[in-house]
Amino acid sequence: MTAIRGLALKAALVSVLLFALFLGAWQVATTPVGGSAVGAALTPEQIEYARMMGKDPGAQKASGFPTPGQVAATIVGHLADPFYDKGPNDKGIGIQLGHSLARVGLGFALACLVAIPLGFLIGMSPLMRRALDPFIQVLKPISPLAWMPLALYTIKDSSASGIFVIFICSVWPMLVNTAFGVASVKREWLNVARTLEVSAMRKAFLVILPAAAPTILTGMRISMGIAWLVIVAAEMLVGGTGIGYFVWNEWNNLSLTNVIFAVLLIGVVGMLLDMAFGRLQRAVTYVE
Amino acid sequence: MRMSTFLRVERLSRVYVPGKPVFDEVSFDIGRGEFVCIIGHSGCGKTTVLNILAGLDAASSGYVFMDNREVSGPSLDRGVVFQSHALMPWFSVRKNIAFAVRSRWPEWGREEVRQHVERFVAMVGLSHAIDRMPAELSGGMKQRVGIARAFAIQPRLLLLDEPFGALDALTRGTIQDELMTIVRETGQTVFMITHDVDEAILLADRILLMSNGNETAAGYRAGRIAEVVDNPLPGTRTRATLHHLEGYYPFRNRIVDFLVARARAA
Repeated sequence: MTAIRGLALKAALVSVLLFALFLGAWQVATTPVGGSAVGAALTPEQIEYARMMGKDPGAQKASGFPTPGQVAATIVGHLADPFYDKGPNDKGIGIQLGHSLARVGLGFALACLVAIPLGFLIGMSPLMRRALDPFIQVLKPISPLAWMPLALYTIKDSSASGIFVIFICSVWPMLVNTAFGVASVKREWLNVARTLEVSAMRKAFLVILPAAAPTILTGMRISMGIAWLVIVAAEMLVGGTGIGYFVWNEWNNLSLTNVIFAVLLIGVVGMLLDMAFGRLQRAVTYVE
Repeated sequence: MRMSTFLRVERLSRVYVPGKPVFDEVSFDIGRGEFVCIIGHSGCGKTTVLNILAGLDAASSGYVFMDNREVSGPSLDRGVVFQSHALMPWFSVRKNIAFAVRSRWPEWGREEVRQHVERFVAMVGLSHAIDRMPAELSGGMKQRVGIARAFAIQPRLLLLDEPFGALDALTRGTIQDELMTIVRETGQTVFMITHDVDEAILLADRILLMSNGNETAAGYRAGRIAEVVDNPLPGTRTRATLHHLEGYYPFRNRIVDFLVARARAA
């Protein structure tokens, strides 16, 4: 126990150290390089000549890339007031994030509604497995964004198209995992259910679902990971609201501090989502 | 000694490879309240016979009648204790048994189910572990839960598929005693598969000796019930005194001789 705790402590220490090193390197790389050393070596005539040529040897040369301090200030600024709304192009980060999460949640929920029952069907019926396999094999590798034009044309609503894209990318891992989990439920448990004359519904919910739950949850976790990756790209395309749109908008504003902040936020939220599903997964996992 | 015929098995056969049935012409009766063991080497088809009785497998030909009605498909009338205990690992002991009890009596209320479950868990001496998960139990305890689950639905026929095969000798002995006590108290009709000669002698009223299918000079011969022997030992026998009883050794030798000499080459 103490050995494990010692290891965790050491790992945390190394993490902090690496982070400090990263910040230091960032700071050094973005600190403006002074031109004064060069300027001092020049005669006044040469300086004047340089000025006439449109150069300013005395000026500080900045990379334009924000320093850690500037980014930190931006982060504090955003987090201090996350929910303001000053028109379509200036909303608080909380609102943008809320839009993205709502889209992911809706698309993901729809995918659950389709993938889990369909996965049950495929897992329980070898006929359906074979019949649907070619469709799944063809549809699965399609990039979700490739559906965007068709979605925009048929659905005609950009926000709904975003949800559709999330749906289509979440559906496959869940479907495949559910089918696999259901198909590999141990024969003996099914035999117990058979000898007890358990009704189809009770069997599905009390035997097959709990037996396959860890595999299904794995599929859901993968789906959520993909959905969170895709939402950023989808929102860059459809625009309007969301964290993806925020990134694109701030790029157009050339506000790199905001872009860096958004990138960080996407990472943190993705991690939290994954952790939540990890929790859920542990809750349904059983030891044999 | 034989009671009224309860289960009748007629000319059962099961074919996996055409022309080479695993067994054929398997016929036997089980009386009401009788304890019948079947002994044979691996691969002779004992488990298949049991699965057919349970309704989990279908015979290629032949019939099984219980109380003069043909058995087709699984039923709550026939409880099965599986070799691998087959407990649902996501349910506690209590829920595993309650699952069976609710399947048997869907109309029962919560309190009724609880009392019934607790009665049968107490019967196998596991009241202290009733809220544990199967993973927290030893092999012997798991098998006890499996037995309690099968008894809890009060089946008319209990089928045991080598239930003690994976247990150590000490645990096996204890659970055999428990099973014997429960069966004698309840008058349960039992059909059990075993590899263990002493187990069969202790528990069974009658022992079916099953031979393996094999190739002989005269062609392929399917497995079948080669012999049926009545247990000559008194019904009050116990594990501790079994080997002191008169007639124990001749009886045991007869079964062992069969297994060594004739079960394969019959």
